[in-house]
Amino acid sequence: MLSCREVTALCSQELDRPLGLRERLALRTHLMMCRGCSRFRAQMGTMHNMFRRYAAGEMPG
Amino acid sequence: MLRFARLQLRDAAAAEDVVQEAIEAAWRQSTSFAGQSSLKTWVFAILRHRIVDHIRRDQRTVSFSALLDAEDEADWQQGLDQLFQRSGQWQPMHRPAEWPDPEAAMAHRQFWQALEQCLQLLPAATGKVFMMRELLGFEVAEICARLDISSGNCHVILHRARMKLRSCIQPVAAHAGDAAC
Repeated sequence: MLSCREVTALCSQELDRPLGLRERLALRTHLMMCRGCSRFRAQMGTMHNMFRRYAAGEMPG
Repeated sequence: MLRFARLQLRDAAAAEDVVQEAIEAAWRQSTSFAGQSSLKTWVFAILRHRIVDHIRRDQRTVSFSALLDAEDEADWQQGLDQLFQRSGQWQPMHRPAEWPDPEAAMAHRQFWQALEQCLQLLPAATGKVFMMRELLGFEVAEICARLDISSGNCHVILHRARMKLRSCIQPVAAHAGDAAC
């Protein structure tokens, strides 16, 4: 069972590389049981979107 | 092959990487295998080249890695101790809270100003890697090549950057709905 600390690292890495089968399974299992990490993962996705928009100049003028 | 690589590199993860790379290279170049040696000898020759490449690459990584370690290692460890218990679970008071409406936050110019400030607060080397990845769209492999860092190191740096940025953005993102009240 992964710790929350390990899960945060995986949530970051999945933005940069495809996770392996075992990693995906371990991550999914943890997220089903941990609301904090589920929120963290959502926040990583939100931030990724923020930076994409920032790089594209999509902030309000 | 794995035992051979581990013996050369004294690093289990690196050994797995070079073996995987060697097998992929052998698969891609399979049409050039002339049969003048055994298949095993041919694949091992590829593996040796991969290991030599890995060692050369490692020796080139020192300067940038040293800069990274020097600039924020202590700060990073302190941050982790605040966020997580010794078991690796979240500290109760730092358990992630809902970001109620990120879209509402992003409609405000102040949000983007805060975001820029957060980016500027990143340590120089960490910021360089993060911005190459997230803002300029470099693939991790190219970042590694240009900065002479390993992919593992690159992932650690990117993770640190995201954790720091999340902590920095959190107060703005978590209270996005307040401004409208």
